[in-house]
Amino acid sequence: MNLKLSNNKDVWAGMMLIAIGAAAMVIARSYPFGTALRMGPGYFPIILGALLTLFGLFILARGLRRGEAIAGSSSLRALIILPLSLVLFGVLMEHGGFVPAMIVLIFGSATASTDLKLLEALLFSVALTALSVAVFVWGLGLPYPLITDFN
Amino acid sequence: MDLFHNLIFGFGVALSLQNLLYCLIGVTVGTLIGVLPGIGPLGTIAILMPITYGIAPVGALIMLAGIYYGAQYGGSTTAILVNLPGETSAVVTCIDGYQMARQGRAGPALAIAAIGSFFAGTVGTLLIALFGPPLADVALKFGSPEYFSLMLMGLVAAAVLAQGDMVKSLAMVVTGLLLGLVGSDVNTGVQRFSFGFPELSDGIGFVVVAVGVFAIGEIITNLGDKEERRVFTATVTSLFPSKEDMKRSIGPILRGTGIGSFFGVLPGTGPAIASFASYMLEKKLAADPSRFGRGAIEGVAAPESANNADAQCKFIPMLTLGLPASGVMALMLGALTIQGIQPGPEVMTQRPELFWGLIASMWIGNLMLVVLNLPMIALWVKLLQVPYRLLFPAIMAFSAIGIFRRSRSI
Repeated sequence: MNLKLSNNKDVWAGMMLIAIGAAAMVIARSYPFGTALRMGPGYFPIILGALLTLFGLFILARGLRRGEAIAGSSSLRALIILPLSLVLFGVLMEHGGFVPAMIVLIFGSATASTDLKLLEALLFSVALTALSVAVFVWGLGLPYPLITDFN
Repeated sequence: MDLFHNLIFGFGVALSLQNLLYCLIGVTVGTLIGVLPGIGPLGTIAILMPITYGIAPVGALIMLAGIYYGAQYGGSTTAILVNLPGETSAVVTCIDGYQMARQGRAGPALAIAAIGSFFAGTVGTLLIALFGPPLADVALKFGSPEYFSLMLMGLVAAAVLAQGDMVKSLAMVVTGLLLGLVGSDVNTGVQRFSFGFPELSDGIGFVVVAVGVFAIGEIITNLGDKEERRVFTATVTSLFPSKEDMKRSIGPILRGTGIGSFFGVLPGTGPAIASFASYMLEKKLAADPSRFGRGAIEGVAAPESANNADAQCKFIPMLTLGLPASGVMALMLGALTIQGIQPGPEVMTQRPELFWGLIASMWIGNLMLVVLNLPMIALWVKLLQVPYRLLFPAIMAFSAIGIFRRSRSI
């Protein structure tokens, strides 16, 4: 069985865990460590980070020995677009108001689908935004300004 | 007989036309909002609390309780239909409930959730009436070691529960613990992993993580699938559970209710522990554990009963000790205080109409929930017919509003 590294599930999982664990340890280095009896704020993060790195190494090694191919597929396009739309939503909620934030979020997410119909998506985002304004802002009285200056 | 006497008195209070109306409004509005993906009971109650300010204490509390069950049930509905847990306790329901929905069995899944919840609610109500005071005494004796043991059990259960790879599950438990460290350290107040954002000093909310992993992760996977969820629109064969379904569910409902009631009395154990524990128990007891995770009806019946029993019994420490056993109960305490009532053991003796009226209304509220929801199942199932390219941006939108709200409130 010849498995390419780029398609090896456990290798990727292991690397991800190592990255998270190592990052946690690096960041937590600046917090006082304390002792087992009097734990400082850095104690727990460093132990957990080390533990996670060990788990990662184990899974990585296991993947190299007998790998398992990544099953199914995921969409790189969706993986980039969806979080990006959420971030834009957050930014626009602070600077711009509820209406632009919602339209950007809904239309933005819709473009993540390969099944996209441009006009339909546009109409849908306007309609859903109107509905959300009616339900959440007017109906439930959530304190979001509809449109503010973009500052 | 004292209990009998008290319950009759309670029903007398709860069955007044006015209080019935408050209960009905609470349950209806709670379900409607709870069904919106991304908004759980906590958010729903927080949003709707101002409405109850003008109402007399008994009515206000009855309405808030109604909103709570309604939202809880609404959360399970979205968990089953779109794999989006509105609340912590619905996370387990997602596992098998969503699989059932994919197989065209959303109807039976929703019905069994309603039936299980109703049964658990009935038992929970009786339990509060019977054991409220004595159980509160036991819970009072729990110290940090007991709570630590409970937590540990919850975490190990999470790893055992996961399908297949134990090492990976344990690694994810550790990852979850690390995520839980974000924010101020409880002992020293040092900011950990907050990267200078004041917003992160309160930590990352559970629902935020759950929505990210379950809702958005699911969307990304679905979009990668070329088949665009074709399975999902498979014809919905029957709306109601078959005899076979009912037979399979009786045991899980009974056991789930038991587990939920036990954990419900303990403050500090989130509703997730009860649902996880009951799910794990059913998986252990099952003749064929491999059915779990692939749409086993037991996997819906047990956690749904457990989380409703838990939700109900959380009122015990709140009413008897004035202890907020969960975020929702903290809001309830707040509502009581706003009404000018000092929560604590005195409530039972000094305001019997409040205590027993609320208990009676809980049962009435649960009954209304079933009556309201069974006919609506057909409507919720219709939601599945919406093409996915429109459904997922809508889920994104509601999740975003829910999360944004949550991070802003409290």
